[in-house]
Amino acid sequence: MKASVIVFPGSNCDRDAAVALEAATGHPPAMVWHGDSEVPASDLIVLPGGFSYGDYLRSGAMAAHSPVMREVVARARAGTPVLGICNGFQVLTEAGLLPGVLMRNATLKFICKDVHLRVERNDTRFAGRYQKGDVIRLPIAHKDGLYFADAATLARLEGEGRVAFRYCERGGEVTAFANPNGSAHNIAGIYNETGTVLGLMPHPERLADAALSGTDGAKMFLSLVETLH
Amino acid sequence: MKARITITLKPGVLDPQGKAIAGALHALGFGLVGNVRQGKYIEVEVEESDPTRARAEIERMCEQLLANTIIENYAYELEAA
Repeated sequence: MKASVIVFPGSNCDRDAAVALEAATGHPPAMVWHGDSEVPASDLIVLPGGFSYGDYLRSGAMAAHSPVMREVVARARAGTPVLGICNGFQVLTEAGLLPGVLMRNATLKFICKDVHLRVERNDTRFAGRYQKGDVIRLPIAHKDGLYFADAATLARLEGEGRVAFRYCERGGEVTAFANPNGSAHNIAGIYNETGTVLGLMPHPERLADAALSGTDGAKMFLSLVETLH
Repeated sequence: MKARITITLKPGVLDPQGKAIAGALHALGFGLVGNVRQGKYIEVEVEESDPTRARAEIERMCEQLLANTIIENYAYELEAA
């Protein structure tokens, strides 16, 4: 599997994503600078976490219009899998590849902690190594992670089974208490219509090595390797 | 010309910052304060003297970048720079 990681000014999880990808695929991904208009042939494109363009205007808004994103949007629309983590999720919504928007956390605070997530489906390239209903643990680290969409969009996402992960209790119950940031329907990540674009606020690349106290995140990268050769 | 652009959250969109501001105003003793909504104000100068063309340009900027029309409305006034 050939992967590319897009690097924006202010990205800070691009190296972690590269390490996790190399561990899963056996070779390092291509690192693609935001000003490039070309992206190497890739089986997977990753938009990493961070604070692209200093979160100016709105998180992800500037990055969504950077030169490289024209190519990323074109590849995504042609079916290339795209994974947006944290700031990458914000970029995907601002670029129109995923619906809704990530707003300021209801607490108004930056939240950095591990959360539990319920896996809502495993029939995608990203989630084959999980079981539907699995409770996994991943870290979140964001201030703008409140997922918002209008009622019609939320109904469509739910109806089409496009919620990827929900914030939940350790036992898997989806409760208001387990919702760290006020996201609608406890949504932590969503898919596009074809299940080939995934955006999520939690960081799978930060718990992808036993030395980091957990490997729940590694399964996402291993799932991708299995389905993308 | 110069555009004075105001970007506001659509009605019904949660605004925790506005709520926090209202709470702080209440704490300062401003008892008449009701609902508070926070937005953005942006000035953009455009090298265009024709108001119709300037408006079209400003509206494209608002739609493409300055506002996220899923959650935000925008309004603007034009003036000679």
